[in-house]
Amino acid sequence: MAYFKINQELIDPEKAALLKDICPFSAISSENGRLEISAACKMCKLCIKKGPQGVIELVEDEEITLNKDEWRGIAVFTEHNKGEIHNVTLELIGKARELALVTGHPVYALMLGSDIKEAAAKLLHYGADKVFVYDYPELADFKIDLYTNAFSDFINKVKPSSIMVGATNLGRTLAPRVAARQRTGLTADCTRLEMKENSDLVQIRPAFGGNIMAQIVTPKHRPQFCTVRYKVFSTPAPLEHFNGELVLLELLPEQLQSVYEILSIEEKPREVDISEAEIIVAAGRGLKSKDDVALIEELAKLLGGVSACTRPLVENGWFDPKRQIGLSGRTVKPKLIITVGISGSVQFVAGMRNSDCIIAINEAENAPIFDVAHYGICGDLNEIIPQLLEMIRGEQEHGL
Amino acid sequence: MDIIVCIKQVPGTTNVEVDPLTGVLIRDGVESKLNPYDLFALELAMQLNAADGGQTSVISMGPPQAGAVVREAIFMGAVGGKVVSDRRFAGADVLATSYTLSQGLRKMADFDLLICGKQTTDGDTGQVGAEIAEFLGLPHIGNVLAVEEIKNREIVVKVNLDSSIVRQKLPLPCLICTDGDINTPRLPSYRRKKEFNEASLVFISLEDFDDKDESHYGLSGSPTQVERIFPPEKNQEKQMFHGSGTELAANVYALLHEQKFVD
Ligand SMILES: Cc1cc2nc3c(=O)[nH]c(=O)nc-3n(C[C@H](O)[C@H](O)[C@H](O)COP(=O)(O)OP(=O)(O)OC[C@H]3O[C@@H](n4cnc5c(N)ncnc54)[C@H](O)[C@@H]3O)c2cc1C
Ligand SMILES: Nc1ncnc2c1ncn2[C@@H]1O[C@H](COP(=O)(O)O)[C@@H](O)[C@H]1O
Repeated sequence: MAYFKINQELIDPEKAALLKDICPFSAISSENGRLEISAACKMCKLCIKKGPQGVIELVEDEEITLNKDEWRGIAVFTEHNKGEIHNVTLELIGKARELALVTGHPVYALMLGSDIKEAAAKLLHYGADKVFVYDYPELADFKIDLYTNAFSDFINKVKPSSIMVGATNLGRTLAPRVAARQRTGLTADCTRLEMKENSDLVQIRPAFGGNIMAQIVTPKHRPQFCTVRYKVFSTPAPLEHFNGELVLLELLPEQLQSVYEILSIEEKPREVDISEAEIIVAAGRGLKSKDDVALIEELAKLLGGVSACTRPLVENGWFDPKRQIGLSGRTVKPKLIITVGISGSVQFVAGMRNSDCIIAINEAENAPIFDVAHYGICGDLNEIIPQLLEMIRGEQEHGL
Repeated sequence: MDIIVCIKQVPGTTNVEVDPLTGVLIRDGVESKLNPYDLFALELAMQLNAADGGQTSVISMGPPQAGAVVREAIFMGAVGGKVVSDRRFAGADVLATSYTLSQGLRKMADFDLLICGKQTTDGDTGQVGAEIAEFLGLPHIGNVLAVEEIKNREIVVKVNLDSSIVRQKLPLPCLICTDGDINTPRLPSYRRKKEFNEASLVFISLEDFDDKDESHYGLSGSPTQVERIFPPEKNQEKQMFHGSGTELAANVYALLHEQKFVD
């Protein structure tokens, strides 16, 4: 429980103007010498940290007493298609194991479905201490009401401290529903996670639609809930020795009654998924015309990779939305990515910063992409790319 | 079919930057706009009204300026809208935002269908719709590509899941979140603009809610807290190359060769 207290007596027009300027969300206004904070406030607290001292204060009152020790374990929701486990689940179990080293908490996996015990056992190989399974024919397909019931039942019985869900379409539909039922927080699309000794999960993500990272905590609520996208963390290697166990949990008949009726399920044809690519050439707004896209595609092809892009190039119709890298596109983790004419906004970088080798081509010395690149090539793409293509083509001819 | 669409006002530009060292704000153009994803939700609502009758209203939570997006929705075809605005809502995270909207929705006329957009462009990622549904005790479904049929108080929707397209039926009233780009939103109409009646835009605040307990809203009602904000860290070990186009092309080629991406 906390609120902003405005010490109106300390306000003068100059301070009011300064505070108005500091607020990135235009939430501070003043009228007749009184300062107001509107609903636009995002609690970034810049007004307290950067504003004139003492004018705005954060007042914390009556602590809710939360016994953090009652909540133990880092749980991962298992995403699967008829028992075939999505890799994001393994990535999250790997991360959970790392985080668990700080608190000594166990690592859990939760799996819902029908006839899935065998598949669930595979998760033990990746270091889950316990895999909790709800195995019912009613759970064969994703029905939000039943999945929310089972997920909540798991939370009520097991009381995990932190929960991670893959940010797939399914995960994004389910996680907020469960978080709301538990009246707890949810942080979407975390790009970094850390653990405090008191079991507070530190959730880091790009935020506020600008070039800034936000560090978010859920200090007074359990469980702590976050979603993480595919390819943000690495897949752990399976363990040789493991001693986790499978635990079957049960639901009451009324928890298995759904209002949803599935009429048909049509598998989507498998498309190029840039998330899976090992080599990517990504284009940005440095490309001056649609014709330049051909250069990018040729380079990608010569290297045996795929082409991708930033959001503006999807918006102007040069690329299919599935080729977009970034916060509102895909996350990629290739062995090599060459970025061409890309500035390196946090939203873009959030989708590719974990790539093994990043070569950035940009003519502006101070482009932020050079802060994440392993190799920065400062020059004009129109000069570099055609010559590079020639060199690679020449090489391939020699090889013939 | 009476429909309510949840719409949000978002910054018109993506370039709101804060210099974390000086706290100075780098703003280029601060104008706001209607969240583009909510336009698809609005268009879907208009199309459903055209096919099955009924009318669409909108709701938006935000500062008083958010009235602008409600007006825009009315120019597009909504019959009216409410802005939920109160400084005690300041600092609301997903949970508190959804709770506030659910309280506001309880004060609106009865509806058959609630529609939310896929996500907002100012940072969040499509969680508010599902949480509103939970607070209202309604079934919900995300990533809706199309509404195929409405009959006998049931709706059939086509849903974009990760590896499949699923058609499913759920009872009304319910909440759906649209997928991106599912239709071509209409433009605001000039005639509707001229006929606009101020009374169709209503502001409501905490005073109007059933639950007036301040601690359930704004920062107090938000389980998540922003501990700090910071610029992304830099990679110190990068290697920079300068020179002519030919030299740089050769540098890239050498790097690719060294790492066996070309042989
Ligand atoms: C909530 C939110 C989500 C977003 N999600 C995404 C996302 O998922 N993915 C995404 O990409 N963006 C996203 N954005 C947009 C993002 O903020 C940037 O606007 C975008 O990434 C910029 O793309 P860009 O680098 O291609 O263009 P610009 O920023 O315009 O950069 C172009 C670069 O090209 C360089 N250049 C120009 N000419 C040449 C030349 N001849 N040779 C070499 N270099 C040249 C310039 O120096 C410049 O650095 C999001 C924004 C928001 C608010
Ligand atoms: N402040 C708000 N007022 C009204 N609707 C909102 C608000 N915030 C989010 N929504 C709705 O919830 C959807 C998802 O938003 P978000 O979870 O913020 O990405 C949006 O497309 C809107 O339909």
